[in-house]
Amino acid sequence: MAQVTLRTVVKKYGALQVVHGIDLDIDDSEFVVLVGPSGCGKSTTLRMIAGLEPISGGEIVIGDRVVNDLPPRHRNISMVFQNYALYPHMTVRENLGFSLKIAKRAQGEIDRAVDEAAEILSLTEYLDRKPGALSGGQRQRVAMGRAIVRHPDVFLFDEPLSNLDAKLRTQMRTEIKKLHQKVKSTIVYVTHDQVEAMTLADRIVIMRDGHIEQIGTPLEVFEAPTNTFVATFIGSPPMNLLEGRVAQDAVALANGITVPVPEAFRAHVTDGQEVILGVRADNLMPVGHAMPMEGAHAAFDMTVNLSEPLGTETLLFATLAGEEVQAKMLNPRPVASGEQLRFQLDLTRCHLFDAQSRQSLR
Amino acid sequence: MTRPRLPAWFVLLLPAFIVLAAVVLIPLLLSLYSSFTSYRLTRPETLYNWIGTFNYEKAVQSAHFWSAFGRTVLLLTIALNLEMLLGLGLALLVNQVTYGQRLLRTIMMFPMMFSPLLVGFQFKFIFNDNVGLVNNALQSLGLTNVAIPWLVDGQLAFISILVAEMWSSTSVFAILILAGLFAVPRDPIEAAKVDGCTPWQSFRHITLPYIMPFIYIALAIRSLDVARAYDIVQIMTNGGPARRTELIWTLIGRTGYVDAKMGYANAMGYISIFLAIAFTIYFFRKLNAARAELGMGG
Repeated sequence: MAQVTLRTVVKKYGALQVVHGIDLDIDDSEFVVLVGPSGCGKSTTLRMIAGLEPISGGEIVIGDRVVNDLPPRHRNISMVFQNYALYPHMTVRENLGFSLKIAKRAQGEIDRAVDEAAEILSLTEYLDRKPGALSGGQRQRVAMGRAIVRHPDVFLFDEPLSNLDAKLRTQMRTEIKKLHQKVKSTIVYVTHDQVEAMTLADRIVIMRDGHIEQIGTPLEVFEAPTNTFVATFIGSPPMNLLEGRVAQDAVALANGITVPVPEAFRAHVTDGQEVILGVRADNLMPVGHAMPMEGAHAAFDMTVNLSEPLGTETLLFATLAGEEVQAKMLNPRPVASGEQLRFQLDLTRCHLFDAQSRQSLR
Repeated sequence: MTRPRLPAWFVLLLPAFIVLAAVVLIPLLLSLYSSFTSYRLTRPETLYNWIGTFNYEKAVQSAHFWSAFGRTVLLLTIALNLEMLLGLGLALLVNQVTYGQRLLRTIMMFPMMFSPLLVGFQFKFIFNDNVGLVNNALQSLGLTNVAIPWLVDGQLAFISILVAEMWSSTSVFAILILAGLFAVPRDPIEAAKVDGCTPWQSFRHITLPYIMPFIYIALAIRSLDVARAYDIVQIMTNGGPARRTELIWTLIGRTGYVDAKMGYANAMGYISIFLAIAFTIYFFRKLNAARAELGMGG
């Protein structure tokens, strides 16, 4: 059990700087997910916490110790790797007990810890197999088991589910969440999958190009993204962004379409300001197939270019103000390409960003 | 009317059969046959003088043969172990180098580029008791004022040969083990670091099992090499003085070509072959076990 604190942590490879002085406070037994596109520095950050990469500047604190110069074995952490990183020449039992054996614990204690971990992860019947004889999901569980037998201060997960097929991934996601509720350790989890981030995290850290873009609970980053990057990265399908200009409490989009400035942003915009209107597909729905919109809303006609039926809802691709946008149709009926529909836009859930800085105007 | 035709598979395999028979099978059978005769190179008609297992009995009862056999096994054991350890150390060091590693790898292979005959001459000079480098160095440093008879004293001569053998072949181990080190995945090593391993423990528990197959391949290759060791010894001491450094093949070579007792030499050769076969089987067993450890099948 421990807090983890990063203070202006920097990583450079020669002249190339990949992490630009990030600050992060992780509470005891908190589940924090670092998420971002490839090359955003999230894995590097995790490896710096683990001690597998030396840091080029700043300070990393685990518990009450500055661990900058400590090798991984003195940090009391455990890590689950993307490729599982199991020891192929050891059985599952030996894999699970390896760290305790290295720590020279008594054999009885090792056996108890291994049995307990195997029990939690339903690996008991595979204990005498070697990793080569296990399926992907089982290997993943062994990797997790190896991490939990040590009761470390901090668990580090490096994209642990990305090698599993979609069904198994969902299943293991649930297991990881259950595991966290059971062991109550601090977890730092890296993924590029925003769904994983949303479902698992107490707090999400969204990274891009070695900077932190936003830190917040899943709902915070979903409902109040601080910039257009977070807005499009979190949520599926990505938020629609439409360029416009503020004129008399309305946003004038292309092709003469205007949308009233959402209530929450009124005080933060001035006439003539260039803005970007952010609209999620969930808040843009055909009349008669929409969630009830109690607050302010706008309505306009759009031509549907394409529809993707998903069963409980249908995703519609339509043109609004010269841009292709995505909308959702609840309680769907078949929609033909080229069909014109009237759409409702929930203004209370719209976002406004500055066109230059691309930061939220709230 | 059609002529009877040979089956296609037979016709297609025939050239290979003929070539193999000409270069391998016939000489092999001939030498096996001659080991049961009193064949002497100087008296060709003795090839037809069948003497049964006399040559084999003579070899098995010969103290010279068994001392040469034992010395060969001893050389094999010591040389292989030391070369393996040195080669492993060398490979681990070179593996750490990031800048100029290619150059180092090339330099490391230099000893393999020299003919064993030249290596023998070079070390014969280095260990010469009058003008040799070793004695000169020891005397200049004031460590001794006598001319140590490196190539004359039985034990010293054995050590000298061992040094020459190791100098020329440690790089075989180094290169093969280095190839093994390149193939070790990074993830399990990092997992071991996180699991609390010191660098030595990571090496002992993770890296070493990964490179064991490579070590056994090197051991298998080198055991055949050393079991047929001839050239370096022939040049440095010629098995002497007074048989003090006699190995199996120097003994067989002398018996066959100097004493012209080809039948007897062939009999000793056939016994010796079993030494090589035994070592090869042993190391291949070990190799397969090590591969199975890693789940590589086998």
